Amino acid sequence: MREEIIVRVGAKILAPFIITFALYVHFHGDYSPGGGFQAGVILAAAFALLALVYGLDEVQRVLPPRFVRGCAALGVLIFAGAGVATMALGHGYLAYNAFAYDPAHPEGGQHYGILLVELGVLVTVFGVMVSVFYLFAGRGRREDPQ
Amino acid sequence: MLLTLLAATAFGLVRVRNLFAVVMLAGVYSLLSAGLFTVMDAVDVAFTEAAVGAGISTVLFLGALALCGTRESKPVHTPILPLFVVCLTGIALVYGTMDMPPFGDASNPVHHHVADHYLEESEHEIGIPNVVTSVLASYRGYDTMGETTVVFAAAVGVMILLARGRRRTREDAPGEGSASPPTGGRSTRETPR
Repeated sequence: MREEIIVRVGAKILAPFIITFALYVHFHGDYSPGGGFQAGVILAAAFALLALVYGLDEVQRVLPPRFVRGCAALGVLIFAGAGVATMALGHGYLAYNAFAYDPAHPEGGQHYGILLVELGVLVTVFGVMVSVFYLFAGRGRREDPQ
Repeated sequence: MLLTLLAATAFGLVRVRNLFAVVMLAGVYSLLSAGLFTVMDAVDVAFTEAAVGAGISTVLFLGALALCGTRESKPVHTPILPLFVVCLTGIALVYGTMDMPPFGDASNPVHHHVADHYLEESEHEIGIPNVVTSVLASYRGYDTMGETTVVFAAAVGVMILLARGRRRTREDAPGEGSASPPTGGRSTRETPR
């Protein structure tokens, strides 16, 4: 698909909007449908689109396979780390009230806690989806002499 | 209407022998399911279905097709025994639903265990309008953490499976090269070098 100019330009124009939309889905998940999981999938889809159009190598220059594998593990760490952080602040595991800046309104911390753990979900799902895509897409080229 | 389209798509899925068409129909099926979920006010589920089912998994299926060709081989067995098993399972499942409470009844137990509390109190306790998010990330935070770990574990499994194949083909590349299945015509992912 290297010569299809409409596809190439279209993908290039769409990709930033898809990535922005993924961030919107994540940060607006409290108010509208969506959340970390959906955002991670959409983010991965943006890079899958770029890889389909521009080739796997170009995308792997931006997102090395090692990096996305690290993302998959990092997300779980963020999620579990949020729980450890609430414990360090003297609350239960994953009791987000610990993040409240105003002790009179403990539920204020829920917002940040949810955003943090959803970020963990986002990073894991993104890393997993892109890694699996790399593995599938990279297999067909095994016979290349190189 | 949506259900009719869904059934038509499923029928097409079974009949069509061209795997490329099957992948596309599977994507259509996911998109129709997403529409159905939206009609039933389950927008979060619909969102996920549209993104995963119609988006990513279609791409992954295409990646698999590029490896194994796009024609489905003819079945070698007669479909009588499978048909019998499927019918029997279907009857058993329908029989199982006899004991279920009526669909959509507001007095069903599932709507009165913790759902009332979540719907009424989450505005105070969590302070965000989307109840799905507050249940998912706060009330059921442990579950979501487990799910995240499961996703991670699944990816590790896929990596172990596929990465091992890669090493073996590299070791005995000459023999493997001729034995591997020919790549299909629609291998969009194969970048020319």
